[in-house]
Amino acid sequence: MKKEILKLRGVKVHFPVQAGVFNRIVGHVLAVDGVDLDIFRGEVLGLAGESGCGKTTLGKAILRLVEPTDGEVKYISQDDNETELTSLEKKDMDPFRKKLQIVFQDPHSSLNPSFTIFGSLQDPLKKFGIKSKEERRKIIGDLLEAVNMRREYMDRYPHEFSGGQRQRIGIVRALCLEPELIVCDEAVSALDVSIQAQVLKLLMQLKKEKNLTYLFITHDLSVTEYLCDRIAVMYLGRIVELCDSEDLYNNTLHPYSEALISAIPVADLDKQTKRIVLEGDVPSPVNPPKGCPFHPRCPKATDICKTEVPTLKKYSTNGNEHYASCHLIDLPEIS
Amino acid sequence: MAKSSLDKKFDQIRKREEEKTFSTKKRSRIVNKFLNNRLAVLGLIIFTIIILASIFAPLLSPYDPMRVDLRSMRQPPSFDHWFGTDSTGRDVFTRVLFGGRVSIFIGLGSAILSAVVGIAVGCYAGYKGGWIDVIALRISEIFMSFPQIILVLLLVSITGQSLFNLMAIFILTGWGGMYRLARARMLSLREEEYVQALRSFGLSTFTICYKHMLPNALSPIMVNITLSTAMFILTEAGLSFLGLGVPLNIPTWGNILNVAQDILILQNYWWMWGPVGIVISVFVLCVNFIGDGLRDSTDPSQQG
Ligand SMILES: Nc1ncnc2c1ncn2[C@@H]1O[C@H](COP(=O)(O)OP(=O)(O)OP(=O)(O)O)[C@@H](O)[C@H]1O
Ligand code: SF4
Ligand SMILES: [Mg+2]
Repeated sequence: MKKEILKLRGVKVHFPVQAGVFNRIVGHVLAVDGVDLDIFRGEVLGLAGESGCGKTTLGKAILRLVEPTDGEVKYISQDDNETELTSLEKKDMDPFRKKLQIVFQDPHSSLNPSFTIFGSLQDPLKKFGIKSKEERRKIIGDLLEAVNMRREYMDRYPHEFSGGQRQRIGIVRALCLEPELIVCDEAVSALDVSIQAQVLKLLMQLKKEKNLTYLFITHDLSVTEYLCDRIAVMYLGRIVELCDSEDLYNNTLHPYSEALISAIPVADLDKQTKRIVLEGDVPSPVNPPKGCPFHPRCPKATDICKTEVPTLKKYSTNGNEHYASCHLIDLPEIS
Repeated sequence: MAKSSLDKKFDQIRKREEEKTFSTKKRSRIVNKFLNNRLAVLGLIIFTIIILASIFAPLLSPYDPMRVDLRSMRQPPSFDHWFGTDSTGRDVFTRVLFGGRVSIFIGLGSAILSAVVGIAVGCYAGYKGGWIDVIALRISEIFMSFPQIILVLLLVSITGQSLFNLMAIFILTGWGGMYRLARARMLSLREEEYVQALRSFGLSTFTICYKHMLPNALSPIMVNITLSTAMFILTEAGLSFLGLGVPLNIPTWGNILNVAQDILILQNYWWMWGPVGIVISVFVLCVNFIGDGLRDSTDPSQQG
């Protein structure tokens, strides 16, 4: 039986846009605009989409690194206690901060250049009650070894490490309080391809050993297929398709996902499908298009798309739940 | 325990990584770069000499800077009086040494204290943002737009001349610049991912901004401290020259220079104002060289 660890309901993050001498608010960036999503314990949920569609913001909203403007983020503990995170006081968040962690994209800004690895990692441990220095050194040393680095590295400065090493140190940081869910925000996209594969394998190995759940953010659908159990595709702050990862590739429902998948380079020439080229860029999330947000770029758009916003509906493909939001899906909706 | 292929691959990567000798510590790289800058090193040497000479003034000179000696008035430089004597027979060299104590104390002290105030406010406001930041920004603008000389005149006429008042005015008008610098650094640092990571652990604002972020904001502030020190010393000299600075009975570089207001002295007794003028210029120049050297050596865009 699958159990949820997080339930997002109608999560919105709107950043005010200020202009003029008096910093008047002239509009809002609708970075995340109403996301419903369940994340199950032990799964790897991919979150894909082009740059700027709000993936990072959604990940940060879960950890309350940005405050959601609206909506609920519910955490369900192992013994089925539900807690709504967004309405908690700052200090009441602490027990949940331990459970939810994040690995960042940019290995160059993810470590503090003025501190040794131990120096930057020890404060969180101290805060969460590990009082003796020996114990803190032991925890960090053990984790460094778990990511295939040497214990002694904890006394070195970040500039002494390569990108791949820094990223592994970022993983150590995320792991140091024994979290349950880790948001991996494009954790490997800044690395060399050969090192990417190693870090990905490492992540999967750690997941197995420590019973982790990953929210795996990426703009590259070619990685997600092998890693993720399910994939959510995001466009302009909304989820447009959500299903098992196999179904996303074999039974694609949404035209946007189709375009993303067709853009993946395929080695096998026979399999080469016609590439759907998306015209233009992602529209500005300040003034998203009316109707279906995707319609200006959608190759299948019809009149209804320009006026009516499609909602995320539930279908079934291959016997699995499959959510998508498009007017032109001719499958029976299930409730 | 059998080694997985993953482990083996990692061992290979690790070996490769270890073969590269790790670069030396970042600190020494900055020091090296500073030491390669000739002017900065020269500045540092002269700066140190002047400071040490001021500190150990009583050991270097047998005279009392305040003692009037009517038997040796206005004597030109000689073996006994290196910089000659002034109109009341005081040894000018001794006065320059003792004056250095006060002038450097005022310059460096005001610069450091305004940096402390500016950093304390700027770090917090820059990191937190919101209304605290808006208020701090407006207050700093008010202080910075107020003409220093009018503040000095005001305070002098209200409370009288004193060393403390002068420093207070320097700090009041000087913290704004430091604040803006600290704030600007914090604004860019707070988006760095290591800061986000610290926040994701729910660490307190104080720990994050003063302990973890501040060290990365310090280098431009250090540069600014040196440059403000030079500026404050010049301003002190200027104000004292006009008779608005430190009370005349306390020897400072500016007060020594003050005698040059007398056209007679200016024309006939060059040693009363010449050497001290040169010392001020050399010291300020040295401080500026140090500042430039610091800026170049800590500038991350120039780190090779
Ligand atoms: N602090 C902020 N203030 C204002 N706008 C923001 C802020 N953070 C993000 N945005 C905007 O929100 C939108 C979504 O940004 P986000 O970083 O979540 O995208 P992303 O999907 O992670 O993209 P990428 O693949 O480039 O990382 C973008 O248009 C971005 O400009
Ligand atoms: S609703 Fe219309 S515009 Fe939107 S994805 Fe479906 S077909 Fe394209
Ligand atoms: Mg992102």
